[in-house]
Amino acid sequence: MIRSFGMIDIFYLLAAARWTIMLTVVAFLGASLVGITIAVFRVVPFWPLRWFAVGYIQVVQGTPLLVWLFGLYFGLSILGFPVNPWFAAAVAFSAYGGAFLGEIWRGALVSIAKTQWEAGASLGLSFFEQLRYVIVPQSVRVAIPPTVGFLVQLIKNTSLAATIGLVELTREGQLTSAATFRPFVVYLTVAALYFLMCFPLTQWSRSLERKLHGAR
Amino acid sequence: MALVELNHVTKRYGALTVLDDVSLSVQKGEIIAVIGRSGSGKSTMLRCINGLERIQGGDITVDGVRVNDPATNLRNLRQQVGIVFQSFNLFPHLSVAGNITLAPRVVKGKDPGMAREVALDVLRRVGLEDKIDAFPDELSGGQQQRVAIARSLAMDPQVMLFDEVTSALDPELTGEVIKVLEAMANKGMTMILVTHEIGFARRFGSRVVFMHQGRIWEEGAAAATLASPRTPELETFLNAVLH
Repeated sequence: MIRSFGMIDIFYLLAAARWTIMLTVVAFLGASLVGITIAVFRVVPFWPLRWFAVGYIQVVQGTPLLVWLFGLYFGLSILGFPVNPWFAAAVAFSAYGGAFLGEIWRGALVSIAKTQWEAGASLGLSFFEQLRYVIVPQSVRVAIPPTVGFLVQLIKNTSLAATIGLVELTREGQLTSAATFRPFVVYLTVAALYFLMCFPLTQWSRSLERKLHGAR
Repeated sequence: MALVELNHVTKRYGALTVLDDVSLSVQKGEIIAVIGRSGSGKSTMLRCINGLERIQGGDITVDGVRVNDPATNLRNLRQQVGIVFQSFNLFPHLSVAGNITLAPRVVKGKDPGMAREVALDVLRRVGLEDKIDAFPDELSGGQQQRVAIARSLAMDPQVMLFDEVTSALDPELTGEVIKVLEAMANKGMTMILVTHEIGFARRFGSRVVFMHQGRIWEEGAAAATLASPRTPELETFLNAVLH
């Protein structure tokens, strides 16, 4: 039976938006862990790690996120390892986001002049001490705006998790649309909710960019 | 035994030979002024002494420890050898105190209170104790360079390397950095300076080393060598910088 689109549906969509936020948080944390590792591997003075990181970034950036999600969720269960969709989503988003964050953060690290590394080395600091006390604190300023930009992309990309059965905002929109047969209104509401999540972040990122630019 | 010893050192960048069979021996307390045109290998020689650059042939030892031995702990070596760069290379995100105390805290494990005492002491030696909480971008070039010298001194090195430390400064600011160098010279610090300050080399250098095309072309007692060069290359060079 087709019912009309009412307050109750908006509450359902809001409830589903919580899962979008949860997914984003999990994905961002996982991607940060992978990203830090990849960024450091990229600058470490030991070529096998650098090559590994380059290869990882190439492979992940050259494959669709959807394929990772399907591969982990459906592929593993066919092989006899049934996985929880949350687990599959967390792993896929971490692997995918880690490659992008790794590249963003590597860019921030190498933007710091080589002479800063040398000054640290000359004082007897080890590679990781140079990284921790000299390079990272300076590159954080450079890294924040593109990192927030990535986070906005990530929020929207979590909608792909709908394809493996997670009922987040987009999936809830599909269900509501099917029940009410009012796709235009429903998806407009869904879009508005995504916008409400992303807009403050882009504004924040812009103000950070302005601030950091002014400080130069 | 010599404090710093270079034995037939060769350094190449690809096909380009930057240091060609360079031998030099520096005794404790000596002040060596290294002069020569840009591209003659002066700065590269300094950077090899503290292991910032690898060498392809020969041997470098500091206080009996081989710099170019993979087994050598560069961390220990660099505590013995301070270096000051042309462009200061202070850490812009740290205050003067932060710049100076970083290595004593992290490398030598001093507690923050003791490290700050050290910072005050070395800042007094360069005449900047009132700037201890300033940030590098609040200081003039001369002051930044004096902080960089203080930062090296805080590690209590046995030898100090200076890589054209006044070249980025105007004459007025050069004077205040030279004064600090003179004070260190008078205290008996072993110093190797790549410099264009011939006057300083004459007054304070125990020896002058003239580099040309990656080789030590001429060396000798500072005043005598500068007054009467033996090679036409040094004569040409001195005429060019003194006039």
